[in-house]
Amino acid sequence: MELLRRPIFSLLLLLSLPISFPSISLGSAVQGEDGHREEEFTEELLLKPLPDRKVLAHFHFENTAQRTQSYGRHHHLFPKAISQLVKKFAVREMELSFTQGRWNYESWGGFDPISSSNAKPPGVELWATFDVPPDQVDASWKNLTHSLSGLFCASINFLESSATYSAPEWAFQPASGNLRYGTLPREAVCTENLTPWLKLLPCRDKAGISSLMDRPSIYRGFYHSQRLRLRPAKIIADGADSGIVLEQTLTVVLQPNGFRTKSSHSSENKIPPTWAMSSLLGRKIEGRCVLAKSSNVYLQLERGLVAELNALKENQEFVGTTVLNDDLIENPAFEISVKPDWVLKEVGNLPTGSSSLMYGYSIGKSTDSGPFDLHLTWKSPMVWSCPRPPLHASRFLMGSGNERGAIAISLRSTGLNEGLYGSNKDKESCVLPVNVFQVVPWYIKVYFHTIKVFIDEQRKAVPDVIEKIRVSPSEDKVLPGVMEMVLKLPCGVKSAAMTLEFDKGFLHIDEYPPDANQGFDIPSAIITFPNVEAAMHFNQFSSSDKSPLLSRFREKNPVQSYTEVLLVPLTTPDFSMPYNVITITCTVFALYFGSLLNVLRKRASEEERLLRAKGRSSPLSRLLAKLRRKKEVEPQSSTTSSSLFSSKLVVKIILVAAIAICWQYFG
Amino acid sequence: MQRVVAEYISDLGAEVGYQKFYPQSDQFNPLHFFSLPDPGTLQEKVNCSSFAINVIGIARAPRGDGKEAIVLVTPYNFEDADLLDALSVGLTYSVFSLLTQVTWLAKDIIWLVADSRCGEYSSVAAWLRDYQTPVFGSSSAADSSTCDSSNTFYGLKDSSVIERKITDNFRRAGTMAAALVIKVIDKSEPFEDTLSLYAEASNGQMPNLDLINIVNYLAVHRQGLHVKVQKLTSLINAKWLTVLAQIFEYVGVIARRLNPQWKFGIPAAEYVDGTATLASSLYNQALGVPTGPHGAFRDYQVDAVTLEFSPKVYSMSKGRHKEFLVQGGRLIEGVIRSVNNLLEKFHQSFFLYLLTSPGRFVSVGVYMIPFALLVTPLPIMAASLYTKTNNLDSDAETNDLSIYQKSFTWLNAAKKVLLVHLWGAIVSLLPYAICHLGVSTPAMNLAVWSMLSVLCYLLFCLILGVRSAKSGKAQWAVLKSATLSAVFIGLCLMSVVNFATAEFGALLLVPMCLVIYPLKSDLHAGGLMNFSRMACNLALVLIGFPPAAFILLKGALDGFHSIYVGDFWIWVESLWAWNSATYLYITMIHLPCWLLCLHVLLHTR
Repeated sequence: MELLRRPIFSLLLLLSLPISFPSISLGSAVQGEDGHREEEFTEELLLKPLPDRKVLAHFHFENTAQRTQSYGRHHHLFPKAISQLVKKFAVREMELSFTQGRWNYESWGGFDPISSSNAKPPGVELWATFDVPPDQVDASWKNLTHSLSGLFCASINFLESSATYSAPEWAFQPASGNLRYGTLPREAVCTENLTPWLKLLPCRDKAGISSLMDRPSIYRGFYHSQRLRLRPAKIIADGADSGIVLEQTLTVVLQPNGFRTKSSHSSENKIPPTWAMSSLLGRKIEGRCVLAKSSNVYLQLERGLVAELNALKENQEFVGTTVLNDDLIENPAFEISVKPDWVLKEVGNLPTGSSSLMYGYSIGKSTDSGPFDLHLTWKSPMVWSCPRPPLHASRFLMGSGNERGAIAISLRSTGLNEGLYGSNKDKESCVLPVNVFQVVPWYIKVYFHTIKVFIDEQRKAVPDVIEKIRVSPSEDKVLPGVMEMVLKLPCGVKSAAMTLEFDKGFLHIDEYPPDANQGFDIPSAIITFPNVEAAMHFNQFSSSDKSPLLSRFREKNPVQSYTEVLLVPLTTPDFSMPYNVITITCTVFALYFGSLLNVLRKRASEEERLLRAKGRSSPLSRLLAKLRRKKEVEPQSSTTSSSLFSSKLVVKIILVAAIAICWQYFG
Repeated sequence: MQRVVAEYISDLGAEVGYQKFYPQSDQFNPLHFFSLPDPGTLQEKVNCSSFAINVIGIARAPRGDGKEAIVLVTPYNFEDADLLDALSVGLTYSVFSLLTQVTWLAKDIIWLVADSRCGEYSSVAAWLRDYQTPVFGSSSAADSSTCDSSNTFYGLKDSSVIERKITDNFRRAGTMAAALVIKVIDKSEPFEDTLSLYAEASNGQMPNLDLINIVNYLAVHRQGLHVKVQKLTSLINAKWLTVLAQIFEYVGVIARRLNPQWKFGIPAAEYVDGTATLASSLYNQALGVPTGPHGAFRDYQVDAVTLEFSPKVYSMSKGRHKEFLVQGGRLIEGVIRSVNNLLEKFHQSFFLYLLTSPGRFVSVGVYMIPFALLVTPLPIMAASLYTKTNNLDSDAETNDLSIYQKSFTWLNAAKKVLLVHLWGAIVSLLPYAICHLGVSTPAMNLAVWSMLSVLCYLLFCLILGVRSAKSGKAQWAVLKSATLSAVFIGLCLMSVVNFATAEFGALLLVPMCLVIYPLKSDLHAGGLMNFSRMACNLALVLIGFPPAAFILLKGALDGFHSIYVGDFWIWVESLWAWNSATYLYITMIHLPCWLLCLHVLLHTR
């Protein structure tokens, strides 16, 4: 019966497809026959002026699919490639990011949800958890890397080798042994990776917010990170099989044009450059993607900026020119061309006192009045700072030479942790835990017993500072070295440093990459602050309630930051060496066989007799004789032998020289 | 002043940091020759009253991954700077400000304004030490305890501007790919803007030739600068060299007439020029003292070169600085661009070379041949001498036991050689004690040193009995053959460490060692041949004595009127201050071998 029912069902589906198609194209969300939400797609764009006069553009596309049996293997909006991947390899969660450039934690922030979850290390980073028994996880990972490699036109398949990925247990994310993590720091990112990523969107880049993705202007940016994240959907009403959420984000940091037009040393320089969405991204939003349930654009003002604006506003009020609203839409510092549809204000306990503001625009409405374009015109100089992580992490190499070195991770206080902890707790008991997760390739032979920890320039005993540590030493050509640790630092810490010594290993000649002399990468370490959460709550508004971007903001994820990728110069052979070795070996063999033949051909006894007859020989020939371990018997008079010997030699040399000259002359 | 520079850098949107350091006093550290000094021990010797502050600006590559960096260094004396110092800072600033805006950058740019009030080299070396081998914990604790933790940085900080990213924490930017030291000096060049290249680092190490080639190519073909490397000016005017050059030119012309494909003739002027440059290159390498701040980078395997611009006279006087800035700036930008575009760092094996002109060089494969030819007679002669003496003795006595005893004659000679070398090692350590004596004048120091050495030698003779009672007939020959082998081993070892030193040493030692013959025997024989050999011996032994050789060389180059006895001490002091292996060579190989030769020369019987 089962067998019979299935073809009929799919036939029915086929028949109903043309009927249901118009409903897809018209409706924002697809309503299933049984009434509850099936698949949803939303598109959002967040723009944020940054303190160093750049602008952050964060695209957020979210695609939700409930795992139901109603359509079988088919979906309306959810990309089939991804759903097949999820089904086949039983992926529970996955994150893949392609990044170019570095996130500047000092001036672009490191404390808000965007920087904490979207700042990624250069190159490719992939992690995934699987719903399979522990012994099959590695096999699934390998298959997954190959499939993703094909899907995204990137060399993710290099993560297949067990020497490149690792299985962190708790320092990266709490996982139960089925998490795999791997990075490729040297992977170049370009449009060939963006195009397959865009293909996963229902409207591609033809309509809606994704049409803003003008390739030249996106890749002109200072930072570019495209990310694909798969999560299980949380909203499960009736305890059924949970669905899956595909979150695609693109984070770009752009430089508004006309930055250098003004003179660069005066106070005018402090006026942030005026920008428009069309000048920044090269395009305007023509209209929403009709398949999207919601299509919003946000403009976020950071806490620091809002605080500065408030201060400015109070000054103005003191002068008594204008009275301003709390939402700061009209203020003396800047002007927005389009009035926002709604204004959200951050709520909750805020460390700095001021809350950030979010202006929301719904694209659905603005299409009626032509393409949507947002202008931000700055009128007065404005200087503000961004929320920074409690400790600024940097990592560097120490030592010189090709033999050994040391990795140092240095954490410096940004002055924020005092605000976080200093007020409510006494300083002795207050502890700031810091998770460090570091993967080191096998050819960097790290000695984990050499860990030294310095807090405020004072060396501390390791058990006093490290609460928990898990180390899996590297194995040549098989496993990378993995270190996970929890440091407990006092809250008032000014600086902390950790050093690890290593020896540089040797690779086999065919293991060197083509650009071996550049050096070898050590992937970024991940520094997590488990007690510090990067969450932003905005006051409720009817439409913001369902905004996936804002609900992402609301999630309580620990603040995470990546350190720099390091480049270790290893000893590299001269790759022309095999050729040299071949030639030298050949020469040695030729000499050896030549002399051997010579010796075999000669009659030793006859020569001795000749020598005896000729009598005493020259010191050189005696030396030669001695070398041959032959006792010269009774050297007698007459020097003819030596002169004969030398004259023969001279004749030979002259002959050779003559041949050489002839060769030179006539050749 | 540092603050002004830092503000300018910060206005460009680059990161700025300060680095404070204490200059080290030159101290003789016997164990620091081939290793970098331990930073922990250095801290104790700092002079607290004088410190210097470097300013470091870092322009991050907008799309780079920050794994590599290119370093620009401008030495600048913040205490009293003249116009040219300011011009060099201005030149680098203009390049740096361009680099903060460009998008093609793949490697970060570090600009180090090195505070040269206590020497250009030491400030760069201090920064590199902090960059590569920072000390956690102990350093700043000791720092604050010994020197009062001064608020120097607070004076520098501009509190009013929050957005400036000026901090006193040490900023870093990846592995260094290459470094350029930029200086502007006024040499009163009459005709063209010139660019002098300095490349020699400590112990004769050179940066990769490709870096020099890039600078030379861009300077000559793109910017039309006149590129120079150091020359021994006294050689250019030497008559004998000119004559030699003309002979070579003539031979070349004849050879070309015979076969048009033979092209080894060089114009005489070019030959003289090349020889002067080669001699200077060899001399600088042999000295083992870096010729500029670039030397500090070589200790960390970073290729570095000093570019010294000297503008035309009239362009400086008529205030045409702009033209000069454009020209120099373009050159530096071009070099940075070339290094920036390289995926790998310079790596092919062109580290061993001697320059004959900015665009020409002598590679290791060529210059090793004369050295090898110079050195090979040593083991051959040693072997022949040894066999000859054995045979001579075996002629006299044919007793088995005596042959057996004769075969051990070398032991006595070897013992002597070993002891003399031990003495040499002790002599090399004596300055450590002399430094602590606190004798002021160089001449006095030298006198004390030589006195102590002689005393030490006499002690050796007394205690260990270098002079053996029964000296055989050919004792001197065995001693000579042992000396020859010691010289051979020493020169070969030195040629690995510093080729140029070994070359100079071989030129002095090899003839002396080969010719040496007991004076007495010559006096007894009394022929013309013997007499000339005697004279030759005496002259060679005189030249072979290191102080004598130094004074003669100095006199030949600078004229004899300016010679001062203490000069040798000053010279030797500079050698160990720069951790030069040449010092070790002189005291541990050259001096003992010379003494052994003296032994042979004064051999009685």
